Amino acid sequence: MDLNKRYTPQSWPDHPETATLEGKNKFIGFWLLLAAETVTFASLFATYLALKDRGPSGMEFTSSGLFELPLVFAMTMILLTSSLTSVYAIHHMKNHNFKAMQAWLGITVLLGVVFLGLEIYEFNHYVHLGFGYTNSAFSAAFYTLVGTHGAHVLFGLSWFIALMIRNSKRGLNTYNAPKFYLAALYWHFIDVVWVFIFTVVYLMGAIS
Amino acid sequence: MSSLAQKKGVGAIIWDYLTTVDHKKIAILYLISGGIFFLIGGLEAMLIRIQLMKAGNDFLSAGLYNEMITMHGTTMIFLAAMPILLGFMNAVMPLQIGARDVAFPFLNSLGFWLFFFGGIFLNLSWFMGGAPDAGWTNYASLALASESHGIDFYALGLTISGFGTLIGGINFLVTIINMRAPGMTYMRMPLFTWTTFVASALILLAFPPLTVGLFFMIFDRMFGANFFVVEMGGNTIIWEHLFWIFGHPEVYILILPAFGIFSEIFAIFSRKRLFGYTALVFATILIGFYGFMVWAHHMFTVGLGPTANAVFALATMIIAVPTGIKIFNWLLTIWGGSIKFTVPMVYAVAFIPSFVAGGVTGVMQAIAPLDYQLHDSYFIVAHFHYVIVGGVVLAILAGVHLYWPKMFGTMLSEKLGMVTFWFFFIGFHLTFFIQHFLGLLGMPRRVYTFGADQGWDLFNAISSAGALLMAIGVIVLLVNVVITTVKNVRVGNDPWEDGRTLEWAIPSPPPFYNFAQTPLVRGLDTYWIEKMEGNKKGMVYAEPLGDIHMPNGSIIPFIMSFGMFVASFGALYFQDDSKPWTLAVLIIGLAILFGSMLVRSLKDDLGFHITKEELMEDLKKGGNTDGSK
Ligand code: HEM
Ligand SMILES: [Cu+2]
Repeated sequence: MDLNKRYTPQSWPDHPETATLEGKNKFIGFWLLLAAETVTFASLFATYLALKDRGPSGMEFTSSGLFELPLVFAMTMILLTSSLTSVYAIHHMKNHNFKAMQAWLGITVLLGVVFLGLEIYEFNHYVHLGFGYTNSAFSAAFYTLVGTHGAHVLFGLSWFIALMIRNSKRGLNTYNAPKFYLAALYWHFIDVVWVFIFTVVYLMGAIS
Repeated sequence: MSSLAQKKGVGAIIWDYLTTVDHKKIAILYLISGGIFFLIGGLEAMLIRIQLMKAGNDFLSAGLYNEMITMHGTTMIFLAAMPILLGFMNAVMPLQIGARDVAFPFLNSLGFWLFFFGGIFLNLSWFMGGAPDAGWTNYASLALASESHGIDFYALGLTISGFGTLIGGINFLVTIINMRAPGMTYMRMPLFTWTTFVASALILLAFPPLTVGLFFMIFDRMFGANFFVVEMGGNTIIWEHLFWIFGHPEVYILILPAFGIFSEIFAIFSRKRLFGYTALVFATILIGFYGFMVWAHHMFTVGLGPTANAVFALATMIIAVPTGIKIFNWLLTIWGGSIKFTVPMVYAVAFIPSFVAGGVTGVMQAIAPLDYQLHDSYFIVAHFHYVIVGGVVLAILAGVHLYWPKMFGTMLSEKLGMVTFWFFFIGFHLTFFIQHFLGLLGMPRRVYTFGADQGWDLFNAISSAGALLMAIGVIVLLVNVVITTVKNVRVGNDPWEDGRTLEWAIPSPPPFYNFAQTPLVRGLDTYWIEKMEGNKKGMVYAEPLGDIHMPNGSIIPFIMSFGMFVASFGALYFQDDSKPWTLAVLIIGLAILFGSMLVRSLKDDLGFHITKEELMEDLKKGGNTDGSK
């Protein structure tokens, strides 16, 4: 593969992410990885449901009393928006518009950082209430499920940033297009998981 | 960049293997390290059998005995059987589908090194304050009460090596999906490739639950979480579910590739097309599918209730159907074939009754009310050794003989091979057949000794004698390997003379680019078809001779795995107040891991080309250079 080959929007392939064999391999491999991730989160969700509200006798925390729905709703909106902005970024990637892609990725990253900041604030708040990691089975299951998602967000952000910096000078080619594409795919996956967290942990927690 | 072989020193060879991304060399690494772990696990088994040789023995203390059975089981499953099978997959599968390499050579190497460091980490527990002692199933109620760091070694070690296995599984799946040579449709894939495919899919979906369970265990023991701590609202049954949601598919991850190896052997040495190829393929898929729906048969006595037990009992019995289909297909493959009783074939024939016996006891255990009697007795021990030794280990031994020439270019002695076989086969049945009756007489598993008045002396003594025979068999195999390597008589492309699939159409060992020209596949058992049509080259080509693109070697997988290894020590001692350095070690290890990951993703690595001229030069010399620099 020639990294110096210059593309124009006309010569740019329709599906740059799968234009090479490596791209195709990464594409399939990444979907398989997401399958494994799905099973991982399924296990975490199942455990959470089994341990929800369980603690030492007399534990004061319950999911209906603890969670701050307005904050979490704001976080949900922010993350959903960031998924949308990453769609724009990939749209511009497919049109070989590097600058626009970088700009939209930048917005995505900003939104992600805000999300992560709010999550840290949220956790910090609960810990101050006395709901620490070692408080109960409930707290362990909660922080592990939501925290694993948070770690994914952190990884996704680092991935975007590394790609943006690494390629800032050289633009798009069929070598890095799959990387951008997959990072965005990963971001969507994180978003979907969050939708489930919002529903299962927070909404169902509030009504129970 | 030229890359054809020169003579080189020991240091260069070691460096070559540390950095290699060639699937054939990674296969050798898997085989050697898996083999060493197999010997360690075997030694542990011998010590167990010495302890149980007579009533009231005090050869091993009760505590040491628990460590011994735990490490034996864990080592054999995770560090011996699975890696050796992954080794065969690496050695053979890409050749069978006519590929030059796997889809992700770099990840292939990473997968190996993670397994390797995970295994070393686990075994270091022997020297660093005690091995795990809660059984290979590591039930949480036992594990949380265990005082040494053994369980921590177990949880962290298996996490590391589990990541390696998962990466390996994804890599094989993508390789099979994307890298097949032209004409190699799914329904022309050799059965070993098919079983690799399904076993990899099982790895993909079964390892995450185990990893999650292990993380819970790590958090509970090292960071004060309460997943399994009942007083704090936890639930120990969660561990059992997660473990067995992984654990039952795991036994199929082991047995399916074994089925694959035997399928190849039956066809080759009966000199006949596999009977019912399509049925075999679908039975494989079906077994993989059902494999996920039966895990609770390990938990009949937990008290999940009659409905759950009935459902899981039925599902379990259904699995025996596709397994039976396979047995009949193999029998009908032999039927009317012109059979050659080589060492691999003898193993294959011996496998059938042995494995069927294990399947029958499996179905007995699937009857939930009966399982209340059998559970946790020696009957269970007999069952799973019949399927694992009578199935998986026989396949590994058969595979070693079958593929040795392809991997190393020399032929193991058939005579010594037969000696190994008879010692091992007789020893195996002697050891485990009688354990069925020990179980029925009431002897519980995982108990370090028994009384002279319980009537179990004679059967235990016989069982221990059998283990000795198996050990002799394995030692003869090692002698065989040494003699063969020293003699170094080189063999040609198709040393068994009846090879049917593409790996036998190229030199032994193959050149590092595998196929100078990508083959065109014209049917099932392509090489056989070409041979029958008198094609001297053994292949038709899908492309003219041209430049070949190859990946660069890299030390990064090794460093990344080492980083995880270091970080694990930090986590392990995290709760010890006497060790203030743990956090620093944890952070340094993770920094090594993520730092090298970053380097990998920022540095362009486009590989290199072998030019057509170099290729022609190489082909003139016989075309089996190993390509190291
Ligand atoms: C015909 C198919 C099979 C059936 C119906 C079957 C059924 C069972 C059942 C019901 C148990 C649980 C018994 C108990 O603990 O009370 C069991 C245990 C076990 N089986 Fe099988 N099995 C089959 C094949 C296999 C195969 C192919 C393997 C491995 C290659 C295997 C490996 C094991 C192991 C390792 C255990 C014991 C786990 C432990 O408690 O440590 N089984 N089997
Ligand atoms: Cu099972």
